[in-house]
Amino acid sequence: MNEATPANAAAGNPPAAGTSAAGLAGALTVNGIRRQVRQEEAELTLLEYLREVLGLTGTKNGCAVGACGSCTVVVNGQGRRSCKTRVSEVLGKDVVTIEGLEGRDGSLHPIQQSFIDAGAIQCGFCTPGMVMSAYALLLRDPSPDRTAIRTALSGNLCRCTGYQQIVDAVELAAARMRG
Amino acid sequence: MANETKSAFRNDARAKVRGRALYADDIRLPDMAHAVPVYTRFVRARNLRVDVSAARAAPGVLGVFTAADVPGQVRFGQIVRDYPMLAEGTIQCEGEVIALAVAETRRQALAAAALVVEHAEELPPVTDPEEALAPGAPVVRWGGDDNLANRGRVRRGDAAAALASCDLVVDETFSTQAVEHAYMEPESAVAIPRPDGILEIRGSMQHPFSTRRFVAALLGVSLAEVEVVGTTAGGGFGGKDDTAAIVCARAALAARKLGRPVKLTYDREWSFRESYKRHPYRLRYRVGFSKDGTARAAEIDMLCDSGAYTSVTPWVNWRSTAQCCGPYYVDAVRMDIRAAATNNVFTGAMRGFGAPQVNFAVEQVMDIAAERLGLSPLEIRRKNMVKQDGLTITGQRLDTHVVSLGQVMDTVVRDSGYEAKLARCSRGKAEDGRLYGIGLAISYRGSSLGAEGLDYCSAVVNVQADGSVLLDAAIHENGQGAESVQMLILARELGLPVERIRRQWSSTSRIPDGGTTVATRGTIMGGGAVAQAARELKRLMAETLADELGDPKAVRFEGGRVGAPGGPSLSWEEAVSRMYDRRIYPYAFGTFRAPPVSWDEHTGQGDAYFTYVYSCQAAEVSVDPATGRVQLLALWAAHDVGRAINPPMTLGQAYGGMVQAAGMALMEDLAPEGGRLGNRNLDRYKIPRARDIPEMRCTLVENPDPNSPTGAKGIGEPAIELLAPAIANAVYNATGIRCRDLPIRLDPEALK
Repeated sequence: MNEATPANAAAGNPPAAGTSAAGLAGALTVNGIRRQVRQEEAELTLLEYLREVLGLTGTKNGCAVGACGSCTVVVNGQGRRSCKTRVSEVLGKDVVTIEGLEGRDGSLHPIQQSFIDAGAIQCGFCTPGMVMSAYALLLRDPSPDRTAIRTALSGNLCRCTGYQQIVDAVELAAARMRG
Repeated sequence: MANETKSAFRNDARAKVRGRALYADDIRLPDMAHAVPVYTRFVRARNLRVDVSAARAAPGVLGVFTAADVPGQVRFGQIVRDYPMLAEGTIQCEGEVIALAVAETRRQALAAAALVVEHAEELPPVTDPEEALAPGAPVVRWGGDDNLANRGRVRRGDAAAALASCDLVVDETFSTQAVEHAYMEPESAVAIPRPDGILEIRGSMQHPFSTRRFVAALLGVSLAEVEVVGTTAGGGFGGKDDTAAIVCARAALAARKLGRPVKLTYDREWSFRESYKRHPYRLRYRVGFSKDGTARAAEIDMLCDSGAYTSVTPWVNWRSTAQCCGPYYVDAVRMDIRAAATNNVFTGAMRGFGAPQVNFAVEQVMDIAAERLGLSPLEIRRKNMVKQDGLTITGQRLDTHVVSLGQVMDTVVRDSGYEAKLARCSRGKAEDGRLYGIGLAISYRGSSLGAEGLDYCSAVVNVQADGSVLLDAAIHENGQGAESVQMLILARELGLPVERIRRQWSSTSRIPDGGTTVATRGTIMGGGAVAQAARELKRLMAETLADELGDPKAVRFEGGRVGAPGGPSLSWEEAVSRMYDRRIYPYAFGTFRAPPVSWDEHTGQGDAYFTYVYSCQAAEVSVDPATGRVQLLALWAAHDVGRAINPPMTLGQAYGGMVQAAGMALMEDLAPEGGRLGNRNLDRYKIPRARDIPEMRCTLVENPDPNSPTGAKGIGEPAIELLAPAIANAVYNATGIRCRDLPIRLDPEALK
């Protein structure tokens, strides 16, 4: 596992002065990389931390009140709204964002490929959150029916697609992942 | 055809599904400052004074700008220049921005914004359009001497006399609510002063050229000094024109003042508060019928709320006027529409654009009349619908394309099993504790701008020396798949795999203004321009290479080869190489100008649109009599799109439009009170979620349209304009209760 501090990992973010072991709140893992978290960073929302500190802008801010699901990430295997989560709540935990779903060789996860093939993408702003909610669903239920898919995705708003092809995509992904 | 693809094609899908698509708020630049808006605390006020001294002294603050800092025009607009980009003198609605706070960080800018002090003399707001137009009402229309923001009409025959002689007159009043676009991405803009003296704008918007006009106006610079560069847009639905452009203009003002890149990203509450909504309408329909169901006369009055500024109200009203009788021919029509200026958040373009409101009324009137005359909803529609080579209520003869209204209705009737299901509707008598109903609606929709605007678009095809192709077009990607459609059209025209084509990021400095990406004109106008550019390129290549390939008129571009059938041919790459050898660029600029349309404002008669899309949708509902809650069981659609270029994306437009219409019908409520929105985030403003929506089926009907260079028409707005009345008709067939107001609310007491 790679070890990195947020400051040297995120291009364009200069190291903050005064970083020291004493100022650390703990650590978490983001997309397989262990991150040391400073005290002041622990008070940020996970969404702010991902976007502003780590530069992982795939996770989106659609409402900031936990209603739209655009900011969904997976924490220890469970879907979570990063806008309503403090970094301090996920110290010691394993966070996966949309950037962490693909293979290291850039190969798409079957859920990602299925979203493309089923025509489930329009403006794309809800797509990362949708994909992460689908990922959390398929971790716990590899064979959901369409009603279960709709229920699992109901924390994620989409204004473009009417959900039909998103449900198609998750059904297709589940079939592909079962082999 | 070789390049026909039945799986979804999108040039942006891979980036979007990886989280790598770059939306405006994802842009990070060295030395970038952050701006935030400061809102008024009033709804209506005068003698505005803004004190920014404390805010300017706050930590990290780089500047706090007000209308006094604007070098160009403070007020701008698409039709009337009445929208203050920063409040000046008066406050007309709660969405007005009195200052812009700019700091090193967003947090610092937000802290500074809280220190801006606003002084003004508060006035009672005018929020009811009827009261706004009553004699003696306070004048709230900026620069006006009354509150009448617009009016329109149709005069055809003697409607009053015809109505008096009808066997049945249906007299009904309906109302529709203001609706939020709720694009998932709130407005965001980044303005970048460039070393070449040009101010570059990247932002979330649906029309870069409109944005450029707003930016240039606010800064008082020429259009050539501003370059708006395409940026991934997280949805628009008509909603990212004026307000999104003004967000860009404010970022531009700060960047120009500071000489630094400035980002201005809206949070959801700001977006709700400031952005325009769908126009609320009140509609009174008096429609007269003969015993056999023929609609003979209509007297129609509409009143709509334009809110604090004009925006595109006259154009929205015009579509309501031209399509005031829905897809039916009526011999005698008197129709009047008025728009009132009020102190509500302003109203403007939203997907459907004046048609969903009208259809909500017309399609219920038809069901009401059918029941009273003892006819079926299908019989009365078949009798009155516009027909091949027949007339519209504006006197236009529909003889240039296939009029397929009967075909789309028959398709939905067949797909849904409408007639059998209609027979078993509950009509107020619950079975197993539920009330069941099915309802249907039909529509026709004039394609593109029609007689409301100058309608043309452009595209550039630039073939590189290795045979790869760069494509640009003046229709913007809002997320609907416009670029992918353009690429597929070009691939088909040139006989190349779509992989050989790249759609370059658009820029206002590289292609002429092709008009707004609105009015379902992306495929017909933008795609049409691409087809014209491709045909111009093919003509140039065939003529240039005539000594090798023979008669230019016989040359085909198919399967990666160029040549006449049975004659000599070259591979595409060889043909391109020969062009460069002869120092003739394989480059073409194409334009598509819409066929002529006409309109007489005094009579409301003319050839309103150059072609129409025909649609039918149906809904099945289940109503819980204990709660009044309406559950959707299934949704059905058929649309004659001319030709579906990218069928999975065409279907995606249909599904998405139906669900937006379902939200309008059943859920969406801004809860306005005294000019303030009660619901201003997605937790309380409910839009449909996956569990609210049933399975949908849409059948694409394809009658290629001779008026369109590609045969394709469009789908974006037809999809949203008729499901609300279909749902209302289904609710009636379930409950026996006619819902005349949106959103539909059923009182459980009435269901007992």
